[in-house]
Amino acid sequence: MLRNRFLTGLCIALSLLTLFPLISIVILVIRNGLPLISMNLFTQLSPAPGLEGGGFGNAIMGTLVMVCISLLLAVPLGILSAVYINEYAPVSPVSSAVRFVAKLLTGIPSIICGVFAFAAVVMTSQHFSAIAGGVALAILILPIILLTSEQALMGVSVSYREASYGVGATPFQTIWRIVLPDAMPAIMTGIMLAVSRAAGETAPVLFTALFSQNWITSVFEPTASLSVLIYNFASLPYAYHIKLAWSASLVLVTLVTLTNILSQMIFSPKQR
Amino acid sequence: MSNDYTSSEAHPIQVSNETALPYELTDVVPPSETNFIKVNDFRFFYGKKEVLHGVNLEIPSRRVTSFIGPSGCGKSTLLRNFNRMNELIPGVRHEGDITIHGTSIFDPSVEVIALRRRIGMVFQKSNPFPMSIYGNIVYPLRIAGQGDRSMLDETVERCLRSAALWDEVKDRLHESALGLSGGQMQRLCIARAIASRPEILLMDEPCSALDPIATAKVEELIIELKRNFTIIIVTHNMHQASRVSELTAFFYLGNLVEFDETRKIFTNPSKLQTEEYITGRFG
Repeated sequence: MLRNRFLTGLCIALSLLTLFPLISIVILVIRNGLPLISMNLFTQLSPAPGLEGGGFGNAIMGTLVMVCISLLLAVPLGILSAVYINEYAPVSPVSSAVRFVAKLLTGIPSIICGVFAFAAVVMTSQHFSAIAGGVALAILILPIILLTSEQALMGVSVSYREASYGVGATPFQTIWRIVLPDAMPAIMTGIMLAVSRAAGETAPVLFTALFSQNWITSVFEPTASLSVLIYNFASLPYAYHIKLAWSASLVLVTLVTLTNILSQMIFSPKQR
Repeated sequence: MSNDYTSSEAHPIQVSNETALPYELTDVVPPSETNFIKVNDFRFFYGKKEVLHGVNLEIPSRRVTSFIGPSGCGKSTLLRNFNRMNELIPGVRHEGDITIHGTSIFDPSVEVIALRRRIGMVFQKSNPFPMSIYGNIVYPLRIAGQGDRSMLDETVERCLRSAALWDEVKDRLHESALGLSGGQMQRLCIARAIASRPEILLMDEPCSALDPIATAKVEELIIELKRNFTIIIVTHNMHQASRVSELTAFFYLGNLVEFDETRKIFTNPSKLQTEEYITGRFG
């Protein structure tokens, strides 16, 4: 009895301990980031070194643009690959290879994605660009989207497929009209996870999109992002820029958290 | 592919639709239709395992034929061969042949999609799609390229009436089918199965998940539907077999042991195994 209580107590204590770092981070970011929060942060450019005022609207835009580019690349590729390996050829060597590589890719350090995009896009196009950053992020999130989509498709009841084939549907019709719609909430959750992952990454965009002091006017030029802004400004010797970095952290954390909460709310599993 | 069912002479049900038939086998079956579905020395394999050992069977049209036998006897496997649903499982193969109207269903010229449109199937666990009641019934038509609204509306009403479900759901056709009761869901699945006007209706233990009242409704429906459809029903419930079917096939360990009129199977079977199973001595 005593032993039982002791173990229960230990579990509770340890669970609270895991909350500790998370809560400290949130408190720290809010305390340091909140003072500067105003509309200016979202609508203005950063001040020159040593000056004060302004914000990081261009970095927010840049992050959004690059996340969108990465989604444009990774979402169709990820979902269609998942459809192939789960619906068309679940036991083929190609599918096993895709599955294996996707799992491997989830473990690849994000900086490697950056290095690859640098070599593949920046070197060949001779430009740092939002496109290059998007490609790096796409490589990063492709396995997430592929694997969560595969899980989502696997979760679709076999009886739906049977019913559809039973009335004479083709595999394409079955997938398009029955399986994908049913799997969509779970797939969307995966995409939202990917969004929050991509928005927060620094390494892949650091030497692909580089950084910019100006508003983004084209996807073929160097582009600012929140994460690189934090990295750059935090290492500057100017008090105001460091404060800006804190505020950018708060904005980023809020964005990521909101995406997560929204995806849970909108796409939570349907009641059956 | 459009629904050209009505124009095809290969579908005799339509031709004699208006003749409501009594149940007595002997005086109503036209001789040409006693071997509507023919199973010739049919063997079936899951990988290396042979689960049907050369079955021979002739199933008449517009009758209810039930397949009975203990679990694993191959009755469901045979049923799922009539519309080639077993082909969805990797590593299966067959020997022998199954013909419908004298045409082999395995003939290279037979498209499996077209075959499945001619053969409706009702599954053990009711499986309406997670869409509206209306959407469920028009699904077979929509995938066949039928988009005419009035035609779809008409089909929904016809099928729901045939499935004795119209009065219960006519005011909520556009609500989710998942809100129906278990018995209603299964009748909806029957309505969906007959939407593309099939000739044959395969039912794989359609009542095993239903309560007795819902079961009674589905059984009534089966008896009603056989005017227009050739029905093959797999059941574990021997009372059900005797209530709804005119012909009964008893399977055991992948062999067809006995096939005869239901009345005879249940009162005076010619094989000892059948008698032992019917009386509950094994299985």
